[in-house]
Amino acid sequence: MYKYNDFDEAFVRSRVAQFRDQVERRIEGQLTEDEFRPLRLMNGLYLQLHAYMLRVAIPYGTLNSRQMRQLAMIAEKWDKGYGHFTTRQNIQFNWPKLQDVPDILEALADVEMHALQTSGNTIRNVTADHFAGAAADEIADPRPVAELLRQWSTDHPEFQFLPRKFKIAVSGGEQDRAVTKAHDIGIRIVRNAAGEIGYQIIVGGGLGRTPMIGKVIRDFLPKEDLLPYVEAVVSVWNLLGRRDNKYKARIKITVFENGLDEFAQLTDERFEQIRAGFTGVDQEILAEIEQFFREPEYLTKSIGAFDARYATDPAFRSWVDTNLSEHKADDYAIVTISVKKHGATPGDATADQMRAMADLAEAYGHDELRISHEQNVVLPHVHKADLPAIYDALKVADLATANVGLISDIIACPGMDYCALATARSIPIAQEIAQRFDDLKLEHDIGPLKIKISGCINACGHHHVGHIGILGLDRAGVENYQITLGGDGTQDAAIGDKTGPGFAAEEITNAIERIVMAYLALRQSPAETFLDAYKRLGLEPFKAALYEEAAAHAAE
Amino acid sequence: MSRRFTPKVITANLLLDGDAVWLTADDRWSKSMLDAELIEDEAHADIRILFANGQANIVVGPYLADAKAGPNGPEPTHFREEFRTRGPSNYAHGKQVELN
Repeated sequence: MYKYNDFDEAFVRSRVAQFRDQVERRIEGQLTEDEFRPLRLMNGLYLQLHAYMLRVAIPYGTLNSRQMRQLAMIAEKWDKGYGHFTTRQNIQFNWPKLQDVPDILEALADVEMHALQTSGNTIRNVTADHFAGAAADEIADPRPVAELLRQWSTDHPEFQFLPRKFKIAVSGGEQDRAVTKAHDIGIRIVRNAAGEIGYQIIVGGGLGRTPMIGKVIRDFLPKEDLLPYVEAVVSVWNLLGRRDNKYKARIKITVFENGLDEFAQLTDERFEQIRAGFTGVDQEILAEIEQFFREPEYLTKSIGAFDARYATDPAFRSWVDTNLSEHKADDYAIVTISVKKHGATPGDATADQMRAMADLAEAYGHDELRISHEQNVVLPHVHKADLPAIYDALKVADLATANVGLISDIIACPGMDYCALATARSIPIAQEIAQRFDDLKLEHDIGPLKIKISGCINACGHHHVGHIGILGLDRAGVENYQITLGGDGTQDAAIGDKTGPGFAAEEITNAIERIVMAYLALRQSPAETFLDAYKRLGLEPFKAALYEEAAAHAAE
Repeated sequence: MSRRFTPKVITANLLLDGDAVWLTADDRWSKSMLDAELIEDEAHADIRILFANGQANIVVGPYLADAKAGPNGPEPTHFREEFRTRGPSNYAHGKQVELN
């Protein structure tokens, strides 16, 4: 994985020193809150409902064991012993004290990490497919490009005061696991007819108040044009973007209001202007970065013990069948560690759990860990011979839940338990739904089903692209949950359809159960997933189950 | 005609640890809402928020929040403010354990 050079090291250290000075001046009263707020946001520090929150970037979701152990140390020393993995491959600490934050940033710098540009109107942490470098369907590893974009966007002088935040995701496989169509810019690594590798560029996607699926602005961009082209897109939006209205400031609105053709033409004009300025040095840097992302040296060993355990231990078999994905190398697998134990907070890991995962990565995983936007942790390169030992260790760490991709593998934002922007809570809803379906012992029968919950219209919980989406709102001073169905965050991205009136907190789990029971009754066979059934049947039968049954119960 | 003034408290977060606090009648910031001054007069609210805004080295973002009189002191009327009096619902963290 990428290793900081002297420049990176000096830059991150200088930013820590700057922020240390800024915090001291704020505490001494030399800076007002109005002056300090943009400075702390540039360093990922928010003030939430009960405390400060520090959002630390995990660029393209990649960590090594040393970094994971440092996150555990930070959680224990300066927080309440846990961290929260987010839907943008960040980790959030919910309880830091202002005066401790410079020391936390210093501890992050010690392991080549930072919290830069995890907030504010800048280019945010660049995310990528969490199976990067490992997935069987991959054309090329998206992380070198993501790292190039990270370096280019960090402190980019033209892009520090953008109309609004800007999010870029990169995906390298045929399957889109990085939700590229819901990003300001989505980059998909593709091959053209001649077999050359290049990029499909998607622009103007986003969730939030006005959800939009991104549009393809370039089908095939040659490799060497990536940085100047992305710079041209951001540059055109930087001038056109609506600074008069923050709800209309994102690039999705700019593309929508001006039309894709007009936006593409302006981008092309800008691209021609700036292209010559990119003398090829970016390609030299990319080539250097690529050296850090070489494939691991794969091992060859017998998988006899794995096969034997698989044949005899049903719990192990269920975990293997549910939490593993296909690896590109023979006898290797990608392990997704569920950070979604039934009834627990989605994405929260204790310091002990972080250390347990770091130990496994070091012992069995070529020292690599990934954080997925679905709030789980991934061991991307695991030899199948080591799976029994990994499973046993995960059980000890309370991390062996076999539910990846199932109904209890719920994405949930922090909601009003922590977030100052939230209009309702998300976490207790996720906890209750996961617990309900575990109690019913139905989730493996239900099969693939993604529930995504946001506690406000900003949609950090990606509810619009959930197969079942839940949006928490404040309706006349009461928490109320609106349901959408049929959303999809993959290459076939779709925004879910609203079912109708929302439900109270104590009713929402029953409502979800009615939808799921309707699916089980309506599906053609267990092979027809919830999403497939929804596409075939449409909203009506689910709506009927949702509201007519509720009315019938009320009449009883 | 302007809307009738409803009772309020002044609340904010502490600069250093970010914890929710309420302004008391004797100009302190308490971690318990029950200690807050319940403000029932709009002109008095204007004076008190001016005072709170002048406390920028102790608190961040003071604002007036709706409240009602309870047997032991002011109580919240909205769920958001209620959550601020106790902490998150997923862990026994924050005021629900620290105030006892």
